[in-house]
Amino acid sequence: MKIMKKLLSAAIASTIIATTAQAAISDNEIRIGYLADMSGTYRDLAGPNGLVALQMAVEDVGGQVNGANIRVVSADDRNSPDVASSTVRQWVENDGVDMVAGLVASSVTIAATRILEQSNRLGIVSGSAASSITNEHCTPNHIHYVYDTYPLANGTAQAVVQEGGDSWFILTADYAFGHALEGDVEKVVTANGGTVVQKVRHPFPTGDFSSFILQAQSSGAKVVALANAGSDTTNAITTAGEFGLTQSGQTLAALLLFLTDVHALGVQAAQGIQLTTGWYWDMDDDARAWSDRFMQRTGVRPTMVHAGIYSSTVHYLNAVKEAGTDEAQAVRQQMMNTPINDMFAKGGYIREDGRMVHDMYLAQVKTPAESKDEWDLYKIVRTIPGDEAYRPLSESQCKLVNN
Amino acid sequence: MSMIFGVPIAVLSGQLLLGLINGAFYALLSLGLAVIFGLLKIINFAHGAFYMLGALCTVVLFNTLGVNYWVALILAPLIVGVVGVLIEFFLLRKIANEDHIYSLLLTFGLALVIQGVLTNIYGVSGLRYPIPEVFRGGVNLGFMFLPYYRAWVIVAALVVCIGTWFMIEKTKLGSYLRAGTENSQLMQAFGINVPLLVSLTYGFGVMLAAFAGVLAAPIYSVTPVMGANILIIVFAVVVIGGMGSILGAVITGLAMGIIEGLTKVFYPEASSTVIFLVMVLVLLVRPSGLFGKEA
Repeated sequence: MKIMKKLLSAAIASTIIATTAQAAISDNEIRIGYLADMSGTYRDLAGPNGLVALQMAVEDVGGQVNGANIRVVSADDRNSPDVASSTVRQWVENDGVDMVAGLVASSVTIAATRILEQSNRLGIVSGSAASSITNEHCTPNHIHYVYDTYPLANGTAQAVVQEGGDSWFILTADYAFGHALEGDVEKVVTANGGTVVQKVRHPFPTGDFSSFILQAQSSGAKVVALANAGSDTTNAITTAGEFGLTQSGQTLAALLLFLTDVHALGVQAAQGIQLTTGWYWDMDDDARAWSDRFMQRTGVRPTMVHAGIYSSTVHYLNAVKEAGTDEAQAVRQQMMNTPINDMFAKGGYIREDGRMVHDMYLAQVKTPAESKDEWDLYKIVRTIPGDEAYRPLSESQCKLVNN
Repeated sequence: MSMIFGVPIAVLSGQLLLGLINGAFYALLSLGLAVIFGLLKIINFAHGAFYMLGALCTVVLFNTLGVNYWVALILAPLIVGVVGVLIEFFLLRKIANEDHIYSLLLTFGLALVIQGVLTNIYGVSGLRYPIPEVFRGGVNLGFMFLPYYRAWVIVAALVVCIGTWFMIEKTKLGSYLRAGTENSQLMQAFGINVPLLVSLTYGFGVMLAAFAGVLAAPIYSVTPVMGANILIIVFAVVVIGGMGSILGAVITGLAMGIIEGLTKVFYPEASSTVIFLVMVLVLLVRPSGLFGKEA
């Protein structure tokens, strides 16, 4: 009997030790994997400079949390869900990575978060746009931080319809992100009394847009909307200019434009375009101060994705510190419990579906006369309050939301 | 308005014309590949990179030295051509007698290195290059608005394609070239400098790619990765036309442009795949390509 008691207490003791070991930081190191397009179409909006933003966050929390060092690894996803899956699997299974940051192309994100869910690690999505990431593709293992297609449609499409653009031609990038954006835009257009005349889906990526621009011209729609991103969008805008699309009375609406795209187009070509953004480097003092530091390191101004990577990583590391563990569910809960007030967002909060809700901004590209230097590109026309901008939970199809 | 398969004829004619313009790019690029493969038996996977270098060179010359479009049209291919000759002299020559796969791997590796280094310097958002003053605007053809610049592209590409074909098939220099690659020892014995001829041929093929790059600079985003996307299509064009067939490359290039253009109207989702579908069909029926000689 005595032996049994001893054995029992030993068993209990070892369980307690095991659980506390689990509650502490695994491998006594916080391992962050940065997965992004480092060399393709979406390189400039996140890419290597996103890694710099991540490293700035790690440095700003002091390089360690509760005595555990922070280690960052990175990989190029080459915009391929297959590459993303195998990389994340390798990170999780062999390298003990606790959190995956970056995550740009929506198809990559959906593939990566599936594996993170299976292995209970955390993903913080900063680059992707598809609103389906926190809707039908939501998991308890990721957070969608910067923006998504819902506010893009809500902000830009609503503004354009209200200015009288009531018939639409939508040119869509033929993959998860494009489809999500197209769906969200169509809803906003019809809800505001407009009609969608024609929808065309182009392969991703496409080099020559002349054929699609011609189709847009012959559709007779008042608004030609681009539901694509990166060089697809800039190529389409350039070609639209060449074929005189706007001179013939049609309005061009780019639904997703990053600062780097507008910079590449230049204010001459892009002036007057309305767009929705989650953040702008020149929007307030905190944003400017951080952007200056970022620019010293990279030579360019940050996009909303760069800022989001920094902000979300700091938020994550603080949550690890508070929770005293890097176990995914505990950290996610801690992140949800803490409001976000920093250079990126004021009063931001994370919902149960993983959506980080914060104010969005309707911006307009400045004219050459208004723009003081090469990065002085936007003026903020309107602030869209977070709760108005994002898909309400009552419409959610996410399995984590009880509707 | 009369319709074909639910698409107005006017719209269709516009798409055919645009297809032809894109085909002109494919023709120019596949022509260079065909010259290099046909005469030197080098599978030049760096062709897309040279196309990109032509475009990038045009933009950089303009931004730094203010070199205008017309000068760039000559100067950029020359600069890139010299790079090509150097690559042939220092690298490709070393493996000239090895299997084709060696030149394929070497040029592929080179393309990745060039592309990677330039991506680090210039990013991928695209550099701006204005359309030259004389070609601004366009003409309304009734069924479509044709920018002057696109019209110029097709004229320039066709002139260069026909000129190249004429030079290789009809002139004395061309006959030396063809003879030199057929039996180089005999040609050496006749006192012709075959190694020089080989270098110059490679350089010429590269110049054709760079020329296409200059033509592309004002209308497409100039980025270090622009060549990677187009290279695979151009290879498919060369395979369809018949490896090494010069006329085949030009005609197939134009035809594939048109087929791709039509696909963009009837089933746009497949427009990046249709050329490969044609390639599969052609290889099944005629393994040496439409214009290739039976091996």
